[in-house]
Parts: sequence; C-alpha cells; structure tokens
Amino acid sequence: MSQRTAPRASWSYTRFQQRFAPYLFVSPFFILFAVFGLFPLLFSLFLAFHLWSPLDGMGNWKFVGFENFTLALGPTDMFWKSLKNTLWIGLLSGIPQHLVALPLAFIIHHSLRRFQGTLSTVLFLPYITNAVAIAIVFATLYSERLGILNYLGGLVGLDPVRWLGDPNMVPYSVAAVVFWRYVGWNTVLYLSGLQAISEDVYEAATVDGANGWQKFWYITLPLLRPMMFYAFTLTIVGSMQLFEEPFMLLNDGGGSGGAGLTSAMHIFNTAFRDLDMGYASAMSWLLFLAIFAMSMLNNYLFSRDGGKK
Amino acid sequence: MKKSAAFALATALLLSTAHAQEKVTLTVAAFPSLDSAIKAILPAWTKLHPNVTINLQAQQFADHHNAMTTALATGQGLPDVMAIEIGYVGKFAEGQGLENLNSAPYSAAQYKKLFTPFTIAQATSADGRFIAMPTDIGPGTFFYRKDVLDKAGVNPLTMQSSWENYIASGKKIKQKTGAYLVNTAASVYNLVIRTNLKTGEGIYFDNKNNLLVGPDNARFVRAMTLAKQVRDAGLDAKIGEWSNEWYDAFKKGTVATQFSGAWLQGALQNWMAPDTKGLWRVQNLPERGFASWGGSFYAVPSKAKNKQWAWEFIKFMTLNQGSQITAFKDNGAFPALIAAQKDKAFGEPVEFLGGQKARVLWRDAAAKTKPIDVNKYDSIADQILQTELTNVLEQGKDIKQALTDARAQIARRAR
Repeated sequence: MSQRTAPRASWSYTRFQQRFAPYLFVSPFFILFAVFGLFPLLFSLFLAFHLWSPLDGMGNWKFVGFENFTLALGPTDMFWKSLKNTLWIGLLSGIPQHLVALPLAFIIHHSLRRFQGTLSTVLFLPYITNAVAIAIVFATLYSERLGILNYLGGLVGLDPVRWLGDPNMVPYSVAAVVFWRYVGWNTVLYLSGLQAISEDVYEAATVDGANGWQKFWYITLPLLRPMMFYAFTLTIVGSMQLFEEPFMLLNDGGGSGGAGLTSAMHIFNTAFRDLDMGYASAMSWLLFLAIFAMSMLNNYLFSRDGGKK
Repeated sequence: MKKSAAFALATALLLSTAHAQEKVTLTVAAFPSLDSAIKAILPAWTKLHPNVTINLQAQQFADHHNAMTTALATGQGLPDVMAIEIGYVGKFAEGQGLENLNSAPYSAAQYKKLFTPFTIAQATSADGRFIAMPTDIGPGTFFYRKDVLDKAGVNPLTMQSSWENYIASGKKIKQKTGAYLVNTAASVYNLVIRTNLKTGEGIYFDNKNNLLVGPDNARFVRAMTLAKQVRDAGLDAKIGEWSNEWYDAFKKGTVATQFSGAWLQGALQNWMAPDTKGLWRVQNLPERGFASWGGSFYAVPSKAKNKQWAWEFIKFMTLNQGSQITAFKDNGAFPALIAAQKDKAFGEPVEFLGGQKARVLWRDAAAKTKPIDVNKYDSIADQILQTELTNVLEQGKDIKQALTDARAQIARRAR
C-alpha cells in the first residue's frame, strides 16, 4: 500500500537497488583485488622497466627500458644459477612426491580403508606445520657434528656428511624437506580422486579376473588423470616458487656457495637486501613466464597423452 | 551521578588540552639489544625532560630495518628517531629520506671530532651528507683460547705477527691438540679484505665508485689464497657463525681462535659459553689489521613530526657521557664517544678474559681503525664474492678466474 501512496520515491529506491546494489555487494572483492592484487601487479610491471631503490622515495625512479631483463638473462648473473637450483630441487622433490603419493593413496584406499581418516590426518600434518618449526627440527637433524643423521651414520661407520654445508649436498637436503612436507598433501589429493572412481569398475575387473596391479595400471591411473594433472600443476607452480624451506634452513644467502638459492629467494634478496626493486620485478616476471611455460608444457603432455589413448 | 560524570569528563578534557601544549610524545624505533640500552638510559632522560614521553618501538633486527625501508619509501609511519645498524647505514645514507645533520638547525659538524673517527665516515653519504649520529662501535679483535694455545705450545704473539705465522701455528695446534684453528676459512678471507685499506678506498669500491674487485687486486687475491691455505690444511671446522655448532665449539674449545667485535665477550659470558670463563684472551688482529665489527646509529627522518625533540634525544643518547656509559654497562655497547671511553670502567680488568685489561686494547684498536668508504652496492658485491669464494674452497676453482668472474658480475649489477 505504501508503494501506491508514494510511488516516485519507492520506485527510485527500487531502481537503485536493482541497478546498483549488486555492484555494491560485490565491490569488496574488487576493491580488495584492486588494492592488493592489481595494483602491485601493475606496479611491479612498471618497476621492471625502471631503476628504483625504495630509499629514494616514490617518484624517484629512472627509466631503463629492457636493461633489467637483459641483465637477468645475461650469462653471468645469479638468476640463471638460481633458476637451475630451483629446477633441480624441484625435480629432486617433485618426482619422488608423486611416485610415493600415488601408490600410497592406492594402498590406503584399497587395503587400509578403516584407517583412512587417521592416515589422512597424519599425512596432512607436515603440510600445515609452521615452516620455522620445520626448519629448526631439520637443522637439528642435519647438524654436522650434533645431528642425529650423522650420529646414526657414524654407528654404521659412515663419514659425517655436511648436509647443509657441502654445496653438492644442499639441494638433496632441501629437497628431502620439501618432499617430506608435500608428499602427504599429494596423497590426500589422490585419495580424494580415488574416491570419485566408481566401485563398479573395480568389481567388474575383479569378475574379469584382474589382479591388484592390473587394476592400478588399467583402471586407477587412467581415471585419475584429471587429479594427476591438477597435482602436477600444483607441484610445478609450488616448486618454481620455492622459498620458505631453503630460506629457513640456509638463511638468505642460500647456503654454501648459494647452492640452495632459489629464484624466489634471489628475487627477495635483490628487492629487500640490495634494494634493487626494478631488477627484482623484472626477474619476477621472467619467473612468471617460466612457470607459465612449464604449466603449458604439462598441459600439452597430458592432453597429447590422452589423445593417443 | 550523571552531572558529576560530565563534570569529571569536562575537567579531564580541559586538563588534557592544557597539558597538550607542553607534553610531547617522541617515537623512537630501534632493534635489540639497542632497545635495552635505550630503556636503561630513559630514567635519566625523563628526569631532565619530564614532559617528553618516549614511545619506544622495538622490532627484531631484520623486521626493524625492513619496516624502516618501507617507511622511507612511502613516507608513511616514520618514527621521530630511527636507529640504524652498521649493515644498513650505507644504504640508508644513499637514500634521500633522512635529514642531513651537517646543515642547520643540527649543525652536527661541530660534534664529529668527539667520536671515534671511522664511525663518522660510515654515516656519511657519497655526496657528503651526514645522516646519522654514531652511538656504539665494534672494535675488531682476535679472541683465542689460552688453554688450547698453551697446550700446543703456541705463542699468541706469533699468531698475531703475520697471516703465514697464524696458519703455521694453526697446523701446530691441530697436530698437538686436535682443535681447529678457526670456524671457517671464510673468516680469514672476510678479515683480510677489510684490513689495510688505503685512504679513499672502500672494501669493494673506491670513493669515486670505481670497482676494486678483480684478479689484479692484491688484497682479494691474498684473502682468497690464505683462505684456501687454511681449508687445504684442514684447519677450519667448516661451521657457520650463529649456528649450534658454533656455540658448541666455544663451549668445548674445539676451535682455538675467533675474529670478532668486542661485543663477543659479552655474548660468550652471558649465553654462548659462560663456563669458559677465564679461558679466553684477546689481542689485536693479525698483521696489525684494525677493523670495525658492528656499530649502531641514530637518524632523524625528513618527514618526522617532531624533529626538534628528536635531535635533543639523539644528542642525549650519543653526546652525553653518562648515557654512553649506561649503555656500555647495560649490554656492552662500546661507546662511540671518545670522552666516554676514558671512563674509569675502561681500565678495569675483564674477569671473563682472565683479568685482562681488554677494554684498553679495544679502545686503542678503535682509535687506530681507519675510515672505510661505504657504497650502496656493497651487499651485492659481498654476496657475489662469497659465492665465488665457495667455488674456490669447495670446487677448486682458480682464484684469478673466480675474481675475474666476480668482477664481471658486480660490474653488471652496480649501475
């Protein structure tokens, strides 16, 4: 009734609601995204073409064109070495992660179903553990003279290993921590993928006389492909951005000879220790391109493989 | 009831506005353990200026300097007084966000002669601006385990005479006692590149921004050569500083010597190895190399709200002898102020060092340390050279080649 007595005001309010209220309600995301997502993105793109130290203050940047990029891609710079370290540590930790997680998930799903909940929790724990705590524990394990690893090695007559001191050893030591931390995460991913596969298929296979290995190879693997693609992508992106574990274990220098210096650490050092924001931004974009290319490659390999079958 | 509450509120408001005219709150941002020294000095300050409240904001070392970098970049959230550690003062000096204390109303030029000379150079930018007042310094010395040297029959003065003798003594120590000479061969390198610099020379660059690193620079060649000799003779324990192994070596005496600032004595005594009291001694660095090892400064940001009181506070912290002695007694912060170094506390024996009058030695070392020019690309050069040094020590890379490569890399980055 009230609408009839004052149609104009009520009409315009309704119009306002219909037209603008939705924008108002979705605006928090866009405002937050613009401030914390879009602005830093554009600012770093802008900085990638400039020479700027934050201590010079806003506005005191110098345009240098593509110099920051040519610098990073030059033959002698640390960027290549850090990229090589990142890839090497990524391979050392990433491949075993999936080689272990997949069969482990299969075994849990088929043989240890009663403990699935408990096992998932246990496997997931490293993933949510604080990186500082992990670093302290592993630094203690890896300690050359006081560590339990070398103590146990000594019991069977092995020479002490400089886990975090020998440049050749550092990638393995870091990769082991990364493997430990994310293998459970991948197992849980695969478990959820396995649960989506219908039991009927397995039952039919059992009737046809397939053994466990055949079930894994001919049923589980093909049907898990989407989940494997997802898990591989996450591993690639995560490995390429590896920062926390080596930073905590080896400090900002990346350990002896920078053998554990990942690209993300190198970018962090360049930006916040050397205060060369432009160069750091340029390297961030190069790292982004590298991650993009590798994800595309992953995508291509998966789809090509699928086309054959 | 209501009336009295309203009255109380009105009175409170009136009082606060009346006081606001004279009450000042000064924000001071610092890091441990400088914050502890400030707290120790505060009562004296409050007595003198009861209306100036100090709001001390202390953050962890790296957090503090990151926060200050961000604040200087954006001009937001700057304190009135900013504490800066030696590792950052060069970078901050090259930026434009801090007051030049040479100019009026500070006119700090008149105070410069009151401080240990090298510390003034550290806070001066390449274009001659003086951006921070020094408060404490770290005279570099050579700590050694007297018991280990005695057991090996090594005279500490021999070790001091030359780097060659230092290494020869190390071999003797290793053979007779099993103890290592030094925690890592890199310590020897780090010290040699920092000592015996000519006037106008920085560690990596000279005062005209020329890059000094290279295969023709005798200082770097010698530093790497000596480090390699130490490594090849198996004299270094290959342990990093600030690691569990490091503390353990101090406790057990498995490493015979350690180059460090005077502050190491306090750290050893308080937490690293209190049970080794009386076993340590100090002497000057080998080949009469004098070097500074740490130090802290106070600066006024250009966008500070209360520059006048900030400057008063800084003067009180740095120029007042009583404040400097309080800081020294609180946590061993070695005074930058020469007058404070003449306090009678300096002549007293240090029990931890077996009653040695070590402070006199440190004072003397500080006076003899020459100014080193700082450059904003020092941290980049340092990082690149540390990596090349590891290549030399761990992978047998040729020293001249390592220095050639390092030079090329630094030249590309120092733009």
